[in-house]
Amino acid sequence: MEPIDAEARPKEEISVGYAGRIFRRIQKMIDETGGQAGGIIRVLQQAQGLFGYLPAPVIKTISRDFKIPLSEVYGIISFYHFFSTVPKGKYVIQACMGTSCYVNNGAQKLLDALKKELGLDPGGITPDGKFSLETVCCFGCCGNSPTMAVGDDIYTKVKPSKLKDILNSYR
Amino acid sequence: MKIVVPLNSVKELENLREQAQARLVEQAKKIQVKVHLGTCGISSGANKILETFVRQVDSRKLSDVVVLKAGCIGLCGREPVVTVFAPRKEKVIYYDLNEDKVSRIVDEHLVGGRPVMEWVLPLDAPLLKLQEIRVMHNQDLDPMDIEQYIARGGYQALGKVLTQMKPEEVIDEVKKAGLRGRGGAGFPTATKWGFVRSAQADEKYVVCNGDEGNPGSYMNRAVLEGNPHSVIEGMAIGAYAIGNVRQGYAYVRAEYPLAIETLGHAIAQAREYGLLGKNILGTGFEFSVDIFPGAGAYVCGEETALLHSIEGERGNPRQRPPFPANVGGGLFGKPTTINNVETWSDIPQIILKGADWFASVGTEQSKGTKLFCLVGKVNNTGLVEVPLGTPLGKIVFDIGGGIPNGKKFKGVQIGGPSGGVIPIEYLNTPVDYEAVTALGAIMGSGGLVVMDEDSCMVDVAKFFLQFNKDESCGKCTTCRAGIPGMLQILDKISRGEGTMKDLDTLEELAEMVASVSLCGLGQTSPNPLLTTLRHFREEYEAHIIDKRCPAGVCKALVAYHALEDKCLPTSDKGYLL
Repeated sequence: MEPIDAEARPKEEISVGYAGRIFRRIQKMIDETGGQAGGIIRVLQQAQGLFGYLPAPVIKTISRDFKIPLSEVYGIISFYHFFSTVPKGKYVIQACMGTSCYVNNGAQKLLDALKKELGLDPGGITPDGKFSLETVCCFGCCGNSPTMAVGDDIYTKVKPSKLKDILNSYR
Repeated sequence: MKIVVPLNSVKELENLREQAQARLVEQAKKIQVKVHLGTCGISSGANKILETFVRQVDSRKLSDVVVLKAGCIGLCGREPVVTVFAPRKEKVIYYDLNEDKVSRIVDEHLVGGRPVMEWVLPLDAPLLKLQEIRVMHNQDLDPMDIEQYIARGGYQALGKVLTQMKPEEVIDEVKKAGLRGRGGAGFPTATKWGFVRSAQADEKYVVCNGDEGNPGSYMNRAVLEGNPHSVIEGMAIGAYAIGNVRQGYAYVRAEYPLAIETLGHAIAQAREYGLLGKNILGTGFEFSVDIFPGAGAYVCGEETALLHSIEGERGNPRQRPPFPANVGGGLFGKPTTINNVETWSDIPQIILKGADWFASVGTEQSKGTKLFCLVGKVNNTGLVEVPLGTPLGKIVFDIGGGIPNGKKFKGVQIGGPSGGVIPIEYLNTPVDYEAVTALGAIMGSGGLVVMDEDSCMVDVAKFFLQFNKDESCGKCTTCRAGIPGMLQILDKISRGEGTMKDLDTLEELAEMVASVSLCGLGQTSPNPLLTTLRHFREEYEAHIIDKRCPAGVCKALVAYHALEDKCLPTSDKGYLL
């Protein structure tokens, strides 16, 4: 895959190649959702969905098209936990650190087991780019704690001994 | 594909209701197997159970059995759960299912007519009997099918207000019902609507707050996943009562993908049926709802922060007044009412069944029922709906079935990171807005986390302060710097380095953070600390004076010593002989 050019160039110059296609996608998102309430957050969400994170050139494009200073766009990105400016793994693993998971004494054990199994600290990504590890507060499955998510799949009552099997099904 | 003609009058809605109801009656002539598919159920394997039932029923050509999808019924700790409705028989609830159990249920129950009693949850179990199901009354229906909701009288309340009631009468009815905000603060809903109605503006908004960021509670998720149309209908009724509202927003946190999907589907269906859009039920009333998925910020549950977020900014709270209900204070500067998911879903039933019906349960000050999430160290974890004013002990011990593994109850945390821990002495406290506040906690959205003797209260206070520290937006110095200050002292205490003077400092800091911070997050952030300090002071003192953690949680204070009589002889190299 061709890397995206770090500098966001004017629209008309980018007409061919991968970067052009990507920028057209972003442009389309902005045209379609930019006008709605909170358009910039919706566009950032879609862009993150597309890339898995928010690359600098994309952020610059959004800043330019929304006519919002780059510093303010970064202000929004850094405020919300869901946005990331560094690449995430193909599967984002989220360990729940909510009250119920914590009180049930399982959250920390599960996180420790995940750290050991993946060789990562929260915020890290495996060298093959397959998994990245994060902590979150609550999927609302508190009745079945401890919980974790791999991508969009939520796992409940996770025993550290079962972790290998779960992760292997994604490897 | 089914072609839907938008409903053009209340009469047409009534006709559709009759048809849909007839279909449900027809369906009830068969044996219905309803698989409950909330997030809890799906993560416990309910989809596989559904597939297995479908496969077995198909392969054995059981023409008098239908397998259906339904919302969550709240037995979260016992998922996957399946309810079997057979004609002229009482329903049968199976819990803790797995794929292997399915064929025996098919053999003995669906074919043989004898329920497999050992896997059945008795209908007279306190867990079911002591609940008062009102908000959750549609959880046996398929949330993806608007016609099932209509069959149960759905959108009738909207039809009624649009054709038979003046907006003021709607507000009066809600006022008479005594409905108070289910998001936690308990502000009277009708009063809030009245403020927005009387604000002078040609454009106003209604907002549904589904940013249920409070860890340990998921009532809103269950309602959005199981009964989304009740929220949409409630918002439409609110929009009519307030006037000049054409657009509503449902802010749903991004951690709830299934809730967003279900609500999005429900909105699209309502639009298709002419129950949202330009000319609702042919009355000329216009109203639409849009979902705004959150982006992961707890503080966005605060109303002014939430509005900033919908406007596409950082979710920083701001000074009130102007309140969102005022001109210049709401969404895009327009007067706005913001109500919780559960509050909105209460509205249609208040209109349809009347204020008196709603107010027939509850206490003098707190009417109606409330959903609670009973989680933590308790036998029956899950979602329970009880009248407000039900004693805490009844919820934890009778419905919740007490503490597992013979452990001792220590306290129940109510209200999340803004709430507090209530000890055993107060288990007779009726759970209503005033009584809980009097104990130093808040009702919050209804999360109840039960803790046993293995939980250390200093550690619990640390946990919540850490959460509030992470989620503080950083605008007010007291919150940004005060919470880490308190956390530092707590850390010191949990290492056994605290002094009694630290407790005074903590109280002083807490007072300052609570009184000076701008929004609810900062103002209530010391609550977990203050309530544990008030109700479990001896535990703090044990950490400080005896250098001991009674629950054995604070690692620095756990001393290990060898029991000499239990020691086995080892060689000089250290291995067992």
